[in-house]
Amino acid sequence: MGKFQVSSIYKAILIGGSAGSFQGVTKILSSLPKEFSLPIILCLHRLKHVRNGFEEALSIKSTKPVTEPIDKESIKKGGVYLAPSNYHLAIELGNSFSLSTEEMINNSRPAIDVTLETGSYTYRNKVIGILLSGANKDGAWGMKKIKDRGGLTIVQDPAECMIETMPAAAMSLTTIDYVLEIEQIIEFLLELDQQYR
Amino acid sequence: MIDSQKVTSNASQSRLVKKTSVEVEIADLRKITEIVKVKYGYDFSDYAMSSFRRRIQRIVEMFHFNSVSEIVNKLETDNSFLDAFLAEITVNVTEMFRDPAFWREVRDHIIPNILLNHETFSIWHAGCSSGEEVLSMCILLKEMDILDRVNIIATDIDKPILAKAKKGQVPIKNMELNEKNYIRFQGQGSLKDYYEEKNGMAVLDPALLQGISYRNFDLVQGAVFNKFDLILCRNVMIYFNQNLQNRVLKKLHESLFKYSYLAVGSKESLIWCEIANKFIIVNNEEKIYKKIKD
Repeated sequence: MGKFQVSSIYKAILIGGSAGSFQGVTKILSSLPKEFSLPIILCLHRLKHVRNGFEEALSIKSTKPVTEPIDKESIKKGGVYLAPSNYHLAIELGNSFSLSTEEMINNSRPAIDVTLETGSYTYRNKVIGILLSGANKDGAWGMKKIKDRGGLTIVQDPAECMIETMPAAAMSLTTIDYVLEIEQIIEFLLELDQQYR
Repeated sequence: MIDSQKVTSNASQSRLVKKTSVEVEIADLRKITEIVKVKYGYDFSDYAMSSFRRRIQRIVEMFHFNSVSEIVNKLETDNSFLDAFLAEITVNVTEMFRDPAFWREVRDHIIPNILLNHETFSIWHAGCSSGEEVLSMCILLKEMDILDRVNIIATDIDKPILAKAKKGQVPIKNMELNEKNYIRFQGQGSLKDYYEEKNGMAVLDPALLQGISYRNFDLVQGAVFNKFDLILCRNVMIYFNQNLQNRVLKKLHESLFKYSYLAVGSKESLIWCEIANKFIIVNNEEKIYKKIKD
C-alpha cells in the first residue's frame, strides 16, 4: 500500500485550472506513464478567440498527445482531453463527451464547474477532481458536487499556487480529501496508476 | 493561453451564485419529455442528457420551482408556459462571425465555388437562434456584392427567439465581441457601417435583411421543405444524442442539392454518422462538408 491508500474504483480524472496552472498541468502530464490507466480530462480557462495552439503547447511536454474532443467522441482509457475554446465540455452518458455553447458560467466557457459536475453525475463516486491555481471561483461548486456524490477531491496547495483563489474557494465550499503540491499530485497519480496494473 | 500574471487573491470579493438544492435526475427528464411530447408534440427524448439536464436545472432556478414535478404540473396545466419552456431548453447563445476563419472560408472558397455553377442560390440557417449568423451572412454577401442573388431561409424551433431574430437587432453590449470577430474575418469596413445604435441595440440596416425568410421549424420532427446550396447548422446538433444526430443529418442531406455544402460547428463531425459516406469533407478545420451522393 502506498501513502495515499487509493483504490482502483475510479473511471476518470478531471483537472480544472486557470491563471497560474499551465506549468503545473505540463509537469503532471510530463510525469505520467505513456499508458496511464485512466482518462484525464482537462478544463483550463483560455482565451476564447485563440482556437489553436493550446493542445500543441500542452502536448509538447506531455508523454502522450493532448486532444480536444469532438462532440460525442468516446472517452478512452489513457486519453488526455482538453476542453476546446469557447465550448463547455460535459461528460455524457455512454462514456462520451458532449460539447455546448451555453451561457458562460463564472465568466468562463469552458467552465470547470460544467466538466466537474457532469463528470460526477455520470461517474458518481468513481471520479477524482483536481483543482489547480486560478484567480476565480470556477470549479468550487463542481468540486462540491463531486464530494457530495462520493468522489475524491484534491486541490493544489494554496501555498504553492501562483493564485490561490480557486483552490481556496473549493476548500471553503466543500471537504477536500487532499491538499497537495504538484509533485505530490504526481505521486498520487502514479500510485493510483499502480492499482490498475 | 492561461494568464500567468500574479494577482492578489480576491476570494473574499467573489460572489457565490445561489444554486438550488433540487437535483434533476434522468427519471425526471423522462417525465418532462413525456408530457411535452404527449401534450405539445415536441420530442426532446433524444436530446443529449448532459445539456438537457442543465437546461432543466436552469428552469428550476429561473422560475423558482421547488421540484421537477412542479415543472411537469406547470406544463400539464398552463399552456402558456410552453413558449418560455422552449426558450429556456434551447440554447440561444450566439455571436456574429463566430469562428472568423470559418466565415473567411465561406467567402473565399465555398461561395465562389457555388457561383461557378449558379447565378442565384439559396442558404438555410437551420437553428438560427437570435439570428447573428444570418446577419453575418448578409453582411458577407453584401461585401461580395451578391446579396440580391441569394435566398436565405432561417428557421428555429423557438418562436420568441425567431421573433427576436426577425428584428435584425443585436444588443450593443455584444457588439465589441462581434466587431472583434468581424475584424478577424477581415471584412471590408467596420461593422458600424451596417447598423445604427438605438436604445441599447445595434439595429441592422433593413436593406441588408430583405432576402431573409424566417420560419418556425422543428428540426427533429419537421418534414423536408426545400433544397439548398448551402446549409449552416453550427452548434445545433451538439444538443442531440447520436441517434437524433443521425436522423437530423439524414434530413439535412435530403435538403441539399447534390454537390452542395453543409457546415457544422468546428467541434462537430459527421465521422460517426450513418450517412458519412454520402459526404466528403471540404475543410476539416472549419467542418464544411459537400454532399456527393443522393
